[in-house]
This record gives sequence, structure tokens and C-alpha cells, in this order.
Amino acid sequence: MLRFEHVSKRYPDTGEVLTEINFDLAKGEMAFLTGRSGAGKSTLLKLIAMMEQCNRGTIMLDGQNVSRVSEHKIPYLRRNLGLIFQDYKLLNDRTVFDNVALPLIVSGVNHQEISRRVRASLDKVGLLGKEKKYPVALSGGEQQRVGIARAIVSKPKLILADEPTGNLDPDLSNEIMLMFEEFKHAGTSLLIATHDIELVHRFAYRVLSLDKGHLIEA
Amino acid sequence: MSKSNAVHKHNQSFLALIKERFNAYLLNHAHGLFSSLGRLTRTPFTSAMTILVLAIAIALAGGFYNMVANIQQLTGNLEASNQMSLFLKDNISEAMGQKLADQLRQHPSSESVRYISKKQAMDEFKLNSGFGDALSALETNPLPSVILVQPKNALETDEDMQRLMREFKQLPQVDFVQVDMKWVERMQTIMSIAKRAVFLVSILLGLAVTFITGNTIRLELYDRRHEVYISKLVGATNGFIQRPFLYSGFWLGFISGFLAWLIISGMFLLIESPVEELSILYNGSFQLRYLGFFEFLILMLSTSGLAVMGSLGVLHYQLRHLKPQ
Repeated sequence: MLRFEHVSKRYPDTGEVLTEINFDLAKGEMAFLTGRSGAGKSTLLKLIAMMEQCNRGTIMLDGQNVSRVSEHKIPYLRRNLGLIFQDYKLLNDRTVFDNVALPLIVSGVNHQEISRRVRASLDKVGLLGKEKKYPVALSGGEQQRVGIARAIVSKPKLILADEPTGNLDPDLSNEIMLMFEEFKHAGTSLLIATHDIELVHRFAYRVLSLDKGHLIEA
Repeated sequence: MSKSNAVHKHNQSFLALIKERFNAYLLNHAHGLFSSLGRLTRTPFTSAMTILVLAIAIALAGGFYNMVANIQQLTGNLEASNQMSLFLKDNISEAMGQKLADQLRQHPSSESVRYISKKQAMDEFKLNSGFGDALSALETNPLPSVILVQPKNALETDEDMQRLMREFKQLPQVDFVQVDMKWVERMQTIMSIAKRAVFLVSILLGLAVTFITGNTIRLELYDRRHEVYISKLVGATNGFIQRPFLYSGFWLGFISGFLAWLIISGMFLLIESPVEELSILYNGSFQLRYLGFFEFLILMLSTSGLAVMGSLGVLHYQLRHLKPQ
């Protein structure tokens, strides 16, 4: 599903952030991406999401080379990804329904289909019945679940989560992780960046660890 | 049989999908059109200020245009008249004048000739000028008698006219000759300068509309950059993201175009009655003209079009540089 081959990324002012990264993530596989702050976790995710371009190497996503991709193709390739953020990145002036519907609206799905799939997504994260609420009226855990519903609504092949439980207490983190396991069983690949070591230990999945830009597989 | 059925079925579902996508696309546009209108009302003060500035700029150009069109209308009926007025010397009697007029009727270059005696001239002047009673107080008639000569249309070049003019000038009975066309020509030259000025002013103010709208849209884009980032991250194309902003630009142009039309109409409505009074004083029947339906249409189309163009330019540049962090 996802393959990194000799990937390096250097920023002009901070130097090399990622050096010679090589790994594979299979279909339906779930892996943690760990490392200290500044170890390059976010950069690695940004490369996959095509928010940054690597300086060397190749990144293959579902058979597509996303490390060398023209600007106008990026939107279409991004539709294969589900992105989850630590700060949720919700639109506060739109309802829960509209937030979750966004990926479907941008790809031109029709009205009935949107309605059906948004409800299905909200049902999966346990928020059915809160469609008309605004994000600010929800708790942090609920907001993150809205973010997750938005990430899965377009049935992506790969979900990237950047510190998804960073702002949540252990119980809520557990809940979120159990949700991720369900997606994994449904055949979705997941890459979860976190520095929550306890969480990583509790769920014994593959761990990709970054240390000063080098990848060490535990 | 079953295979062709399957192909048929596949084609059908493909067509259905296209139709579905198209409907979703239309719905998207309709939503963009009205939600952008709604957003303008959410920041009423800013929107009102922008629209007012745009409307004033457009009204300046449109008002200037209509003013020139009015003057054009005033001078319009003077066009194509190359009539010559032969003012006769004071000592020429009415009979002598009539005789000269008869001679001129035989002239190969004259189309029609009309003699106006001193008395006729006075009567006409009394009737038309509104000075009737005051003129009666004059002891002698100061007006000269005139022979109006309309040259044949064949005399089109300036030289022919000049030659004829010199010829008439040499007649012993004639004091001086005046060609109406001279000042018609001058008037027309002034009008063509005015028209060009309208054109230049319109271009400048059109550019102003384009840039003001562009800048407004740039600010709106900046205000909503968070939304732009998120839309980009979930796979929105630049085309999709810019759509509501383009509609905002369209509404700015459309509403200010309409407001400008109201301003222009209001301005001319205000000067209508003084103009009418003036026209009556000069014994004319001048009707102030307003922007016609066609001109209104052009006004709306061009302001909306310019506003959309301004927005498009800004969006094209800005969206490539707004990247999610």
C-alpha cells in the first residue's frame, strides 16, 4: 500500500530532517510512528500527504509515485487518504454534518449519497444524532471523533493520524484506538504518529521509530 | 447476448454516474452562488463600503457617458446640414433680395433656396426667442435679410464648399456668408474628444473595479485560509476552492453595477427639471435621455465581468501559494 525507498528530506534552514527512510506498509496493516518531537514524524506524514516533497527517493502510494507528482494531480491523489490531526482541524462555522461531508462534496458526490455516507461515518464513531451541532459545542473527544468520521467518510485506503490522541485523556485515547482497530479489520491501512509510549505498548502493533531522521524498526 | 447485455448495463450505469456527477456539480454551483451572497451579508459594513466605492466608480464612468450621450443628442439634429447663410447688405431691398434668390435658384450647385426678409426674420425671432415685447420697442429692425442656400449633395468635398462660398461672397448684394457646417464640424470634433474621454475614463474606472474587487477577494481568502487549507487536505481542487470566491466577486460587481445604475438615474432625475426649464427658455423640446435597457445590460455585464476577472486573477495567483502547513 505504502512504500518508502531511500527517502530523504532536507529543509534549507534546519538541514536534513529525514535520512534514507525505507519501509513498507501493507494493505490492512496498522503501524505506530514514534519518536521525540522534532524527530521527523510530522515531516514524514507531510511527504505522504503531498504537503511537502522529498529531496531524494521515492514514495509509492497504492501504485502511484507521490514523491514526484504534478500540482494539479495532488487533489485527486489526496482523496485516497484520510487525514487525522491533533488539533482536529474542523471548520467551526459549519455543522458536524457539513464538516464530515466536506471530502465528499469536494469530489462531487451527489446529495443522497453524501447524506447516507455521512450518517454511516458518524454512526461508526458514535456521533449519530449530533449532525446539526457545531464543533465548539462538542467535547475534545467528540471533536476528534468528528475528525475521524471526516477521514473515513470517503473510504480511504490509507489513514494518516498525527498525534490523534495528543489532546485526549487515556480513556478517550483507548476508545479512539479501538476505532482504528476496526478500520484496520475492514482493510484500511493506518499510520499513527504518536509519542504516547504507553499507548504504543498497550496496543502491540508494529512500531516505526524515528531518531534524528533515521528510521529504526523495533 | 448476455455479454452485450452486460455492456449495455455497464454503459447505462456509467451514464447514470455522469448524470449524477453533473447534478452534484450544478447543485454545488447553485450552493456557491447563494452562500457567497449570504457571506456578503454576514459582514454588512465591509461589504457595503466596498460596494459603495465600486458603485461610485462605475457611476462616474456611466454618468459621464450618459452626459456625453445627451449632448450628442442635442447636436444630433445639426448633423449633415451644410446649409449656407448669405447675409445681405442693409441697403438691399426686399424686391432685390427676392430677385437674387431667384437667380440663385438657377445656380447649378444649389439644391434649394429660401429667402427670409428683414421683417420675416424679426417675426420669427420674436416668436422663438421669447423677447417678443422687448423687440417691439425697437425703432428700427436691426436684423439683416438672409438667403438660405442648401447646396447639392454632390458638393461633398471641403474644396467644393469653399469655392461656392467664395463665389457667393463676391456677389455685390452679399455682406457675408456663413456655413453652418463649420460649427457643426467643430461641435462634432469636440464630441469625438468627449467620447474618447468617456472611453478612457471607463477604462481607468474599469481597472479600478477589477483591482478593488481583486483586493477584496484577496482579503476574504486570507480570512478563510483555514478553510482553504482544510479543503485542500481533503482533496479539493483549486477550481473547487475558488468557486465561492468567484461568486463573491460576481456579486460585488453585480450589486455595485445595479447601485451605479440607480445613482446615475438619480443624478439625471435631479437635473431633469432644471434642464427642462432651460430647454423651454430656449424654446426647445429637449428630452433628457437615461440609460436604455441595452446600456443597462452592458453596464451589468461589464461590471460583473470585470469583478469576476479581478477575482480570478487574484485567486489564480494566491491559491497556488496557499499551501496547508
